[in-house]
Order: sequence, then structure tokens, then C-alpha cells
Amino acid sequence: MKHRVLISLGMTALAVATTVVLLAPVPVAAQAQKPAAAAPAAQSAPAAKPAAKKAWTVARTPDGAPDLQGYWTNNSYTPLERPDGVTKEFYTLPELRAVEKKNAEREQEETTPGTVADVHYDFTQFGLDRGQTRLTDNLRTSVITNPENGKLPPVTEEGKKRAADRAAARRKQGATYDQVQNIVLGSRCVYMNAAPPMMPPGYNPAYQIVQSPGYVTILTEMLHETRVIPTDGRPHAPSNIRSWLGDSKGHWEGDTLVVETTNFNDKVAFRGASENVKVTERFTRLSDDAIRYEFTVDDPSTWERAWTGEMPFVKINGPIFEHACNEGNYGIANTLAGVRKEEKRAAEEAAKKAGAK
Amino acid sequence: MRNRSVAVTKGMAIVAACVWLGATTIAGQAPGYRAPRGKDGHPNLNGIWQAVNEANWDLEGHGAAPGPFWQLGAEFSIPPGLGVVEGGPIPYKPEALQKKKANFANRMNLDPEIKCYLPGVPRAMYMPYPFQIVASTEYIMMAFEYAGTVRTVYMKKQQAPADSWMGWSNGRWEGETLVIDTTDFNDLSWLDRAGNYHSEALHVVERITATGPDHLNYEATIEDPNVFTRPWKISMPLYRRMEKNAQVLEYKCVEFAEDVLYGALRKVPLK
Repeated sequence: MKHRVLISLGMTALAVATTVVLLAPVPVAAQAQKPAAAAPAAQSAPAAKPAAKKAWTVARTPDGAPDLQGYWTNNSYTPLERPDGVTKEFYTLPELRAVEKKNAEREQEETTPGTVADVHYDFTQFGLDRGQTRLTDNLRTSVITNPENGKLPPVTEEGKKRAADRAAARRKQGATYDQVQNIVLGSRCVYMNAAPPMMPPGYNPAYQIVQSPGYVTILTEMLHETRVIPTDGRPHAPSNIRSWLGDSKGHWEGDTLVVETTNFNDKVAFRGASENVKVTERFTRLSDDAIRYEFTVDDPSTWERAWTGEMPFVKINGPIFEHACNEGNYGIANTLAGVRKEEKRAAEEAAKKAGAK
Repeated sequence: MRNRSVAVTKGMAIVAACVWLGATTIAGQAPGYRAPRGKDGHPNLNGIWQAVNEANWDLEGHGAAPGPFWQLGAEFSIPPGLGVVEGGPIPYKPEALQKKKANFANRMNLDPEIKCYLPGVPRAMYMPYPFQIVASTEYIMMAFEYAGTVRTVYMKKQQAPADSWMGWSNGRWEGETLVIDTTDFNDLSWLDRAGNYHSEALHVVERITATGPDHLNYEATIEDPNVFTRPWKISMPLYRRMEKNAQVLEYKCVEFAEDVLYGALRKVPLK
């Protein structure tokens, strides 16, 4: 029911609907556990680490840097945190397929032919349904690899207080549709996960990496976000310059691109992080087809210790197309107009009732 | 007499020198300047660049004028500019000129920049903010500060999947010059804050040439038979941002435009 309402809000709101599905991995994963009975005892290696390819060596750009270029996706159903009830680190391939199937079916259920939501928008079109595009086949049961239980470390007292303060500040702004500023960021085309750690957005996770001497540029299709990352080890911008994507500075460690990002604004708040969070990413080309993406989130004011995640990026066909989100955001205007109309109607009815007395 | 002739000769020499200097700077083709090469042999145009002119206010020459809000005083009044259009006014069709004037009159409601919409081409190139060129062999990316705008120039020709704000850019090298052919625009972007506009038939051919280590000459030929009687051209230098710590910062403006777009739909109206 909740999903239906969101779908009726229009295209951008669909990102939210998808996110809602993403953020509710518990029942899905619990079901995915069922075929575990058929899983072989031997744990298969994660798809992201094809250790068998010995002869492969990383290609180089004309100026000699490891070549990470191409079109990539991190499209997957892997949740950040390991679902409750799942105790192992990796699924077997049949188990993963079962998880993917369940999720794909669930996403396709979002549109029922003949309903208002369906007339308004067909969820299975335009790549909004992740099951129709390439998945990374990440066998991990969670993106988080450390702590080993696949869960976020305990939140500090300061982190809890901040979360409560943020929630209180948000409540002060009124109900979700009182004003555009109360609506979730993705629907407003303000922010959709392009900042590190680069978790897949709700739909359409497509990236292009382009390299020139001294720079690695990551273009995220959603919101046409571009991270131009210098790789010469230069220092961060002054700490008073804050932004949604933060300030990314990189260097090469062997054939691995290491990018350290700081200077986030207070509004990104990834999983409750403070603006002083530091994210360190490591990009390693594993084959023509895959990049291993590892990240560490370090924010002692929020979590009792730093935590680490890992996911693969795999190749897709280009090109990346312009995602003019704000420019076509009819969803916000229509939703707010609809809510104002409802309020007006309710007020008129109340006045009528009062008059009748 | 003698003195006079000397003075005249000197004067002529100065005039000649001015003309000569003017020729080099204006044409932007410092003869003989050869840009450093990338490893792929093409001119290296990488760096952070910015137009330093008033083209985003009005491509055509214009005097100073007040801004739309008296409260802002001198800030956001319109600074004067010599214009960047070559060879006279923009050749509008008569009815299109009327629309341009109406655009300007109603700019507070219509200018896409006010709404933080993508600036289109060529406007992205002369907005008063920096942008960075990042060139690989196959793709030349341009990452702009304003609105996180990005352009990809395909050096191996590709067809546009659909119309868009920034259009579809295919590039090629002609010696020292990067030539970019951009088509498949929608009809929604403007060319400046003065209401200069185009239709979806817009075709832009840009020529970018390094004229020195820290300068590019930028030219764009603008063709749109729905709006203009003939193709016309703008040209300007682009300057390298020389600060040691220069970087294109994040200028996401959607948040700043939300009350322009949706303020009228607030539960509690803005004062």
C-alpha cells in the first residue's frame, strides 16, 4: 500500500519507492535463506575475486596509470547490512539467484496493469526495475565486510544524540508534504548516492570512468554527478568548504586507486554519519569485466569503530545519458499541488459541517 | 615639419602595432603556437578554464542596467559588455526577435538558470564559473561548476539516443583545433540571461584552440533555421584558472531554486 502511494507521485518518487524496497531486505533475505538447504557445503568464492585468471594484467592508460575506464554498474540486491537470520558471509550461486528472483518479482509487482499507478507510470520500463539490467552477481550477503557480522558497529552516544537532534529538527519542519524541503532528497533531485561510499542508487546505477593524466573522473548517470579526482596526492580543500559529494583526493598504491574523501556537508548524513566522516575508497581492476570497490567509513563521533564494505563494479554497455532530473521533476509539483487541494477540500467540508450545526 | 612627420610616423607605428597586437589577440590564432601534446599526440587542453566576460548576461553588446530587484542595489545589476557576437546583431527572424524580447521581459519566470536547469550549449561554456576539461583518447569530459553540469564529447562518433538539454557532442581534431559538433537539443535552454534562445533545430559547431599555455580561443557557430535567418558566430578567449589550488567545486543549485519552483505550493506561504 505504501509503495502504491509513492508510485502515484511520479517518476522521481519512484526512486524512493525502490529505495523503500531496498531498505526492507529482511523478509526478502529471510526467504532467500530457504533454498540454502540445496546449497553445497563448500562455500563458493565471491564473484568479485576471480582468482583463477592468472595471466590477466591490468591495461595502462597512455600515461601509464592502471586503466579503470569504461562504463560500469554496481547494480545488485546486496544490502549494506547482513539481514537478520543470515549468518554466513556468502551465498551460493543458486541462493543468490533465488534472492535476485524474489527481488525482481517484488519490483515488478510495483505496477499492476490497469491500475492508476500503471497508467501513470510503468515501473518495468526505463531501467527502473533492477532485475532487467545487469546485476553484479555479488555473492556477499552484505556489503559490509568488517565488522565480520556484516552489521554496522554500535553507534556512539554522540551519534545517538545527533540522530535524535536531526529527527527533532526535521519534525519541526512539519509534515512531509508541507513544503518541498521536507521531501526526501532523491525525489527532489538533490542527492542520489553519488558520494562515497557509492552505494547503488534506487535505480539505474550507471557510471563512466574517464582518465586523463593526473585525474580519474567518475561520472554517475543519476543527477549527472561528476567526481573529478586528482591522483597526485594533493591536500584537501580547506575544511570550511563543505559539499554533498565531499572533497575527493586520490593517489595510486600499486595498481589500486585510493581515494580519500572529507569535507561532507551535514545533510548527507550517510547512515547517521557526521559531517566529519572520512571515507576511503579503493578501486582495483580485477579483470576486463570487473573492478573491486572497497571502502572504509571512519567517523569516531558516530560509530565505535571504523567499518568497511566491498562490492564489485562490472561492465555495462554505454553510453551514459543526461539525467535531467530537476528539469523534469513534475512529481514534486504535482504531489504538493495534490496535497494542497486535499487540504482545501477537507477545510471546506469541515466548514460545511460546522455551518450545518 | 620634420618633427611633425616624425610624430606622424611614430603615431602610425603605434597604430600599426596596435593593429598587429589586435590581430593576434582577437583572431586568437597566435600563429605558430603549438599546444603541448598528450601521449596520444593530440593537443592537451586539460585544465580548469573560465570565460571572463559578460556573455552570460547578454551575448550582444550592452550598457549597464539595473537588476530586477531594487533591494539588491548594485549587486546583480547588469554589468556592461562589448558582446561576443561577430558581425553585428544576432540575425533573428522577425517573429523570433519578438519572442526574445518577451523572454527578457518575463525572465524572472522563464530563465532556466533561475531554476537551476542545465545551461545547454554553448551557454555552459561562458557561464561565469570554472569548468574542467578531462580528456582521454575516446572521450573528452567537461565538468562544469554550475549545477554540476557535464558534457561528454565523443571522439568516436556516436548517435544521440534522444534529445537533451546539453545536446549530443561528437568531436574531432583538426590540427591544433578541437571541433565539436553538437545536435539533438531540446528547445528549453537559453543562450544567456537576456532571453536569447533557440529551438530544437539548434546545431552548434564549436572550435577550441590553444593560443598559449594558459589561453584557449573559443568559437561557436550557431545555426537554427527556425529562429535565425543565417548561422552566426560568437568568439571569446577562455582563461586558465591559475590558482595553485584551483579546483572545480560543487555548486549544486537545485536546493536554492526549490522555492522558485515550488514555493507557491507550500502549506505556509513564504513571506
